Parts: sequence; C-alpha cells; structure tokens
Amino acid sequence: MTINWFKYASPASFYFLAGRMIPYFSIAAIIFLIVGLYIAFFSAPTDFQQGEAYRIIFVHVPAAWMSMFLYLVMAFWAGIGLAFTTRLSSMVASAIAPTGAMFAFLALWTGAWWGKPMWGTWWVWDARLTSELILFFLYIGFMSLQAAIDDPRRADKAGAVIALVGVVNVPIIYFSVQWWNTLHQGASVSLVQSPKMATAMLSGMLIMALAAWMYSIVTILIRTRLIILERERHTAWVSELKEGVLE
Amino acid sequence: MIWWIIKRDLLLAMRRRSDVLTTLFFFIRVVSLFPLGVGPEASLLRVMASGVLWVAALLASMLSLGRIFSSDYADGTLEQMLLSPVSLPALVTGKTISHWLVTGVPLVLMAPVLGIQYDLPMEALKVLTLSLLLGTPVLSLIGAIGAALTLGLRGGGVLISILVLPLYIPVLIFGAGAVEASTAGMGSGAHFSILGAFLLVSIVFSPWATAASLRISMG
Amino acid sequence: MLTAKNLECIRGEHRLFSDVSFSVNPGELMFVGGPNGSGKTSLLRLLCGLSSPDGGEICWNGTNIRELDGEYRRTMTYLGHLGGIKDDLTAIENLRISCALADCEISEDQAMDALGQIGLGGREMLPAKVLSQGQRRRVALARLLVVRSRLWILDEPLTALDVAAVELIKRILEHSLSKGGMVVMTTHQEIVMTAAAVHHLTLS
Repeated sequence: MTINWFKYASPASFYFLAGRMIPYFSIAAIIFLIVGLYIAFFSAPTDFQQGEAYRIIFVHVPAAWMSMFLYLVMAFWAGIGLAFTTRLSSMVASAIAPTGAMFAFLALWTGAWWGKPMWGTWWVWDARLTSELILFFLYIGFMSLQAAIDDPRRADKAGAVIALVGVVNVPIIYFSVQWWNTLHQGASVSLVQSPKMATAMLSGMLIMALAAWMYSIVTILIRTRLIILERERHTAWVSELKEGVLE
Repeated sequence: MIWWIIKRDLLLAMRRRSDVLTTLFFFIRVVSLFPLGVGPEASLLRVMASGVLWVAALLASMLSLGRIFSSDYADGTLEQMLLSPVSLPALVTGKTISHWLVTGVPLVLMAPVLGIQYDLPMEALKVLTLSLLLGTPVLSLIGAIGAALTLGLRGGGVLISILVLPLYIPVLIFGAGAVEASTAGMGSGAHFSILGAFLLVSIVFSPWATAASLRISMG
Repeated sequence: MLTAKNLECIRGEHRLFSDVSFSVNPGELMFVGGPNGSGKTSLLRLLCGLSSPDGGEICWNGTNIRELDGEYRRTMTYLGHLGGIKDDLTAIENLRISCALADCEISEDQAMDALGQIGLGGREMLPAKVLSQGQRRRVALARLLVVRSRLWILDEPLTALDVAAVELIKRILEHSLSKGGMVVMTTHQEIVMTAAAVHHLTLS
C-alpha cells in the first residue's frame, strides 16, 4: 500500500490528520511524564556530591535539549517553506517557536534553581546557560518579527530568513561563548559532568526527554491547527466546518 | 556600479552631516557615561575599557542601521534598485560599505582617543582600534539583514535590535577579547584571525541574505 | 510582447482581482483604469516583477519574467508614484544616478540636455527639495528620454503636471510607441493618443 504523503501537505487534510493524532500523543506525553517523574523523585538515588537538589536535571536537561532541537526543526521547516513556498511548512515553523521559547525559558529557570544550592547564586555566566539565554533571544526575535508583520506571506518568508541566519550563527555563538568562558575561567562545575551516571538517572532523563517530545508534538499540532483555521478562515472548508458539515 | 552607490551615499551623508555626527556623539556620550557611573578609579576603568568601548560601538552601529534602507524605501529609490538589471547583492554590498564608511569608520577613529580616557596603554589602544576596524564592518553586514527584514514595519528600530543583537555577540566576544588578551600579555593574533574569518564569512553571505530579505519586504 | 494570463492578486485577506488576462504588442499602449483600491498599482507592481502574482503568469516574448530576471529588467522601465527622487541631490545628480541604477550611465551633457527638453532648463543644479511637486515629477520622467528600454510601466505619470507638461509626455510616449515601444500606464486624466493602438483594461 502506498500512502500519498502530498495529500497531507494541504492545510485542510493536515488539519484533520492532526486532530486525530493529538489524543494519542497527549496520552503518551502524560504516561512518559508520570513514569519519568516517578523515577526522578523516588527511584533515582541521591547524588553523593550534590544531594537532592540534583534532581532538577530531570527537567533541566530535557528542556535544554528540546529547546535546541526545536530551533533546528523550526529553521528546517521555515527554510522548506521559503524554498518551495509550501504554506503548511511555514505554519508549522511558526507553531514551533513558542514551544521552543518555552523550553529555553524552562531550561534557564531550572538552571537558576539548580545554581542556587550548587553555586550559591541564581545566575552564573556559565557557557551553557549563556548560550541558552542567547537561544532564548533568538526565539524571541523570530516571534517578534513575525508578530510585527501583518501580511502572513511576508511574515513566513521574513521569519524563515531570520531563522536560517540564526541556525548558521548558533554554532558560532556557542563556540564563541565557550571560548569566552574558558578565557574568563568561569564556573568549573557543569550541570551534567559525571560521566558514569547511575542507570536510573539516565533512564529517568531519557524518559523525561520523551515526555518533552510528546508534549512538544501535541502543542505544535494544536497550534498549527489554530494557525490553519486563522489563515484559511475565508475558505469553503472552514465555513463548512463551522456549520458542522465536516467531521 | 557599486562605486556609483557608494559615491551617492557618501554625497548624501555629506549633505546631511548631522546624521553621521549623531552616531559618533552617541558613541562618545555612552563611553563617557561609564566612569560617572562606576567611579573614576583608573585600575577599574582599564579593566572595563575594551568591553565598554565595544558595547558602545555595537549600540551606536545598531542605532544607525535603520537608516541604511529607510530613506531609499520612503522615496521609491529602493524600488528602482530592486528593478535594476545590476545584481541586487552587488547594490546591497555598495550600500553596506557606505554605511560602514559613514558610521563605522568614525567610531574606529574615535576609539583610541576614548581609550586614553580609560587609561589604556599604547599597545592596547592599537589592538582596540584594529579589532574595531575588523569588527565594525561585520556589524554593518549583519545589521543590513535586520534592516532589510524590518523595512517599513511598526516599531522597526526596537525590532532590529531584538533581531540583530544576539547575532552580534560573537563579534563582541572576540573584539573585546582581543584587547583583554593583549593586556594580559597573551597576544591577540588568534582573536584577529577569528574576527577576520567572521568578516570574510559575512561578506560572502550577508549581501545575499539582505537582497533576499529586501525582495521579501518589498514583494 | 508582454502577456498576462489569468492574473490573480490577493492583498491580506482581500482578493483585489482575479482572471486578468491581456497582451501588449509592440507599438501599443494600455491604460489601466478602475476606482481607487481596485488594484491598479498592485497590477503594475506585478508586471514589473516587484511582487509575484498569487495565480497566473506574466510572460515577456513567451518566457515567464521570473526566469528572465535581469534580462527582463533591462528591457523595462518602471516609474512608481514615488519617483525615487532624493531631496538632497540636485536634479542632474538625481537623473544621472537613476540612469546608472538602470545600467545606462549618461554623461553630464546628456543629462543637461534631457532636463532641458523636459522643461527644467536652468534648474539642473537646484536640490530637489526646492523644486515643486510637478518639477520633481519631471525629473523622474526625464529618465524616459534617455533610457533605451522597450517596455514602460508608468504609475500615474501625469499627477501634478501642468497642461504643457502633459502634452510633452504625450509626445514622448507617441515617439516611443512609433518606434515599437510598449507602454502600460495608469492615469486619472485620460490623454488622447494619436496614431497609436490604445487598449483599456478596467479593474473593478
């Protein structure tokens, strides 16, 4: 059996497909979250150096991973939208940005919470935290630019340019911040330094990462559906939807 | 053709000298404010000098970004540029070069004078000037992309800063780092190589990205 | 020959026009008419390639103008309702720079000559900011005297011009058409062209 993938590239069919997928991913997100949090709080052993406070990494690390990964995915879809003028990919890119920014913020916040007991201060100009902060700024830039433009086509394309410029710059920024950090001999304790983590720790972190994945997929699908409805509100299928003809 | 554009923009800048001077005076004011804020102690100022001068140069350059395209956009010249048979990235390169000549070069020339106020030694002054000479064109090149994307938008000025400042960070780190490294006696060759690499990469990519952004904003 | 097939233009949520088709042959002039907001300027911007249509295609001698790119821009001159005139430059500098941008550099003498013909003799060295609206318009229109392009796309070229100037522009257009040029223009004041094939396209 062959599936016609292009069928789902049309906003209307994607809208219904996404609607059917959301419940499954939501359930998966909840299950992974419960299992992950259980491991994080009850099953994983107390760290002999860092005590109980280290448990924040079960949120912090997946959030940081997710924020970086989502930026790449966002730039990828925005770039596809720019190159092939496929509207749906640009809509997905716009839908990813707030979730990515949320994870970047979460990573910063949990980083600060972790930093207080560890370093005795809320903020340390550690290379990772600083890069994460800049990544957060990049998300904000993308969203502010799109919000300032009224014409959705221009917003899609302009957002794509800034996302791609950002992707080219992210490695340069990361490398620069690393260099700057070693030059100034900043914090030597890193959040994930211990090479031999207990298996319970590792599995807990991976399951939490999966929960973050599922959560991202759900929010991105929901937001894409809303963007589709907003952009296509003058089309026939949306008015039929409003009158309850389509299910 | 690039030459025509540069000549025209310099001519326009000559007839509107106040615009050029505003940027330069902004730079001087910001740099002069810091000692008033943190106190006049020479040892403290010497440590801060490279960072303060670089951040001020970055802000001054950023403030002037809006002007790269805005007047050409307002009077319709930009339409003519987009419709020119000459390649748009070439025209954009010309406009960026003249932006740097008008706003970047005065900052570079003024920096050593301000460095003296911060009690920087001779060697550090040289490194500071050279780092600005390599770094400020990168600021203009990257900034041009932001200026092109925000053309004609409400609150364009603030928006440019949100878009462009994160991208300026590597230039800031290595520009200010060059001065610190030389003061610490480590030599600043590596910093200069990296700033040079940034310049080359941005010369190659930025005009294309800017030209694409202009077409998007005008389309 | 310029041909447009089933052009469609959407601005924001508003469909300005759809299914607009026409062709302009050498020696022909097309007036684009219609009430304010009917998409006249948008149509001209599509034709010169500043923006791309939401449907349909625009061809120059059978090839889509997207593919021709710089080659098409070389055969075409567009004058928007913004003239591209810089306040701080003199009339002659404005003319020479706008010609250089169109990749058709002219000497100081040629520029003097063109400005003289269009009725700006003696004002060549004045900065554009002291010129009146009509005079600024003339500086922009002086380009038509020196460019060698075959297709002219003019957006309200007659605005702010006096009777004598309108007559002058009419003669310039007729001269170009007689040599096989093509003109697409919008205007609110109809001009009567002699000895030229004239079309009307009305957007509603």
